[in-house]
Amino acid sequence: MKGYNFAYLDEQTKRMIRRALLKAVAIPGHQVPFGSREMPLPYGWGTGGIQVTASVLGENDTLKVIDQGADDTTNAVSIRQFFARTAGVRTTTHTAEATVIQTRHRIPEETLRENQIIVYQVPQPEPLYRLEPSRVETKRMHALSDYGLMHVKLYEDVARLGQISISYDYPVMVNERYLMSPSPIPAFDNPKMHQMPALQLFGAGREKRIYAIPPWTDVRSLDFDDHPFRPINAHQPCGLCGATDSYKDEVITDDRGGRMFVCSDTDHCERRRAAA
Amino acid sequence: MAYVAVKGGERAIRNAHAWLAEERRGDPAVPDLGLDQIREQLGRAIDRVMAEGSLYDPDLAALAIKQAQGDLIEAAFLLRAYRTTLPRFAHGRPVDTAAMRASRRISAIFKDLPGGQTLGPTYDYTHRLLDFELAENQPPPDAPRAAPDASPLPRVPDILGREGLLEADGPADAEPGDLTREPLSFPAGRDVRLQALARGDEGFLLAMGYSTQRGYGGSHPFAGEVRMGEVSVEIEPPELGFAIDIGDLTVTECQMVNQFKGSKTQPPQFTRGYGLVFGFSERKAMSMALVDRALRAAELGEDVSAPAQNPEFVLYHSDNIEATGFVEHLKLPHYVDFQSELQNVRRLREAVERREAAE
Repeated sequence: MKGYNFAYLDEQTKRMIRRALLKAVAIPGHQVPFGSREMPLPYGWGTGGIQVTASVLGENDTLKVIDQGADDTTNAVSIRQFFARTAGVRTTTHTAEATVIQTRHRIPEETLRENQIIVYQVPQPEPLYRLEPSRVETKRMHALSDYGLMHVKLYEDVARLGQISISYDYPVMVNERYLMSPSPIPAFDNPKMHQMPALQLFGAGREKRIYAIPPWTDVRSLDFDDHPFRPINAHQPCGLCGATDSYKDEVITDDRGGRMFVCSDTDHCERRRAAA
Repeated sequence: MAYVAVKGGERAIRNAHAWLAEERRGDPAVPDLGLDQIREQLGRAIDRVMAEGSLYDPDLAALAIKQAQGDLIEAAFLLRAYRTTLPRFAHGRPVDTAAMRASRRISAIFKDLPGGQTLGPTYDYTHRLLDFELAENQPPPDAPRAAPDASPLPRVPDILGREGLLEADGPADAEPGDLTREPLSFPAGRDVRLQALARGDEGFLLAMGYSTQRGYGGSHPFAGEVRMGEVSVEIEPPELGFAIDIGDLTVTECQMVNQFKGSKTQPPQFTRGYGLVFGFSERKAMSMALVDRALRAAELGEDVSAPAQNPEFVLYHSDNIEATGFVEHLKLPHYVDFQSELQNVRRLREAVERREAAE
């Protein structure tokens, strides 16, 4: 785009972000502060993910952007257009074709490969913030691996409700060292993070933090021996493609309680229907 | 089939923005609003947008206000997003507000003082009666004029400081921090705190400052001085070795003087709260000074109990561009998280029903 650098950010800013990314990859799950810039999109709408994507994107990359698993949700469209306009890169909706995937709230159903990067948009990088609002305190807790507070919260859930009641943004332990927010993906997606062949990068623009999970890293959802982690999903198969193993959105079809369940990952659903 | 996939996001966005542009223009029979009109006649809006947008440029602020249809936070956001793309070619030297060409200067603690009191173009003491003549585009009556007064305007804190009654200002030795390059970290120095407050939302600072007056972290403030006027901006290019004047800014400065009972190491003296804001923004400069002083509670050995005294609380929530983005992001789709919550609540209810059935 005239008057702007490739992928919007100037090269010095990209270098600063890449340094933060390298540190993040070197310390899996650890939140690295970075000099987040004001982007032409609002905070909370993916500015962290956009800055990370802008910093890793090259001319030969193919970009896929999803929001809620879908390529055609308005914010995904807006971010995809932003990069098509500022970087002129090829974009795709096919998971397998993409080299960089920016996502909000989902991990694609199709298993990612080693030469792919998935960039998560993160609203709140601090997994402990509901339990301890002070970042000075949580920083200390991370330094000491002092995660008792989170275990107590999970225990209280079990004691009161008979089960752990977190259904999305379910906290994970990365490489057996740092407690990490997986971003608000459904707990259903958590197991995909474990030993993922692709590089996972997380950008929180407003909170000015970057973190990462290198390929083939252990990612464990917190649980107890007698209350193992249980992902949540609708029991019903997809009403369009019949998939039973994908994450489903519930769609209200009338005002008399009518509903159907459809794959949240639109590319996955379309591919299955095309193959059928 | 009843289900229609949510397609066509691209077209929807295009059409929505076209509608927005038409709505922004309003009735085409009404003349288009000129940027010069906004700049000249909506000065306080320009000032607020420049202060919160952190960019001193009245023409760009006017454009942003027009583009945002007068939504000042949106306008400040437009300025911020533009500002971040600008190269930095030099650092300014600290502006000397004692050398300000002031159009307003008041002190609430001395009846008269060197340089005198000047009300300037203020809304203070106006009666808030709607002026129906203004609606009829009547020209204003001529304002009386006086010869410019060139007498120096020493800052009130400097006058108090001579007697040692007011704490000395901290040394200005170290390079000040810059929030736009380095993320906020704690403990945050006063330089960074003041930068955050100067960029912060006027309404937020007003409420925070107000809360200190109502008992949430009181500091017994007096408006030592409020002044508004033009200051020169100077840079010192390394290849030149001396400072050059690159232009003028209008700023509002507030020096609050606060009670302090003294401590083991310090005799009783007054302490400072400081506010400095782009443009004529007295409400914000005064609020900023109150909050600055409240944030110094820990440093001065006072109890830290009120929100305005908590640096994490104040500094993480003062930026309206961050706040508006995150509050409004709630209108983005959350189908996936909501769906998992739905399933979760259903599962929890099933567990309760099973338990009740068994009893």
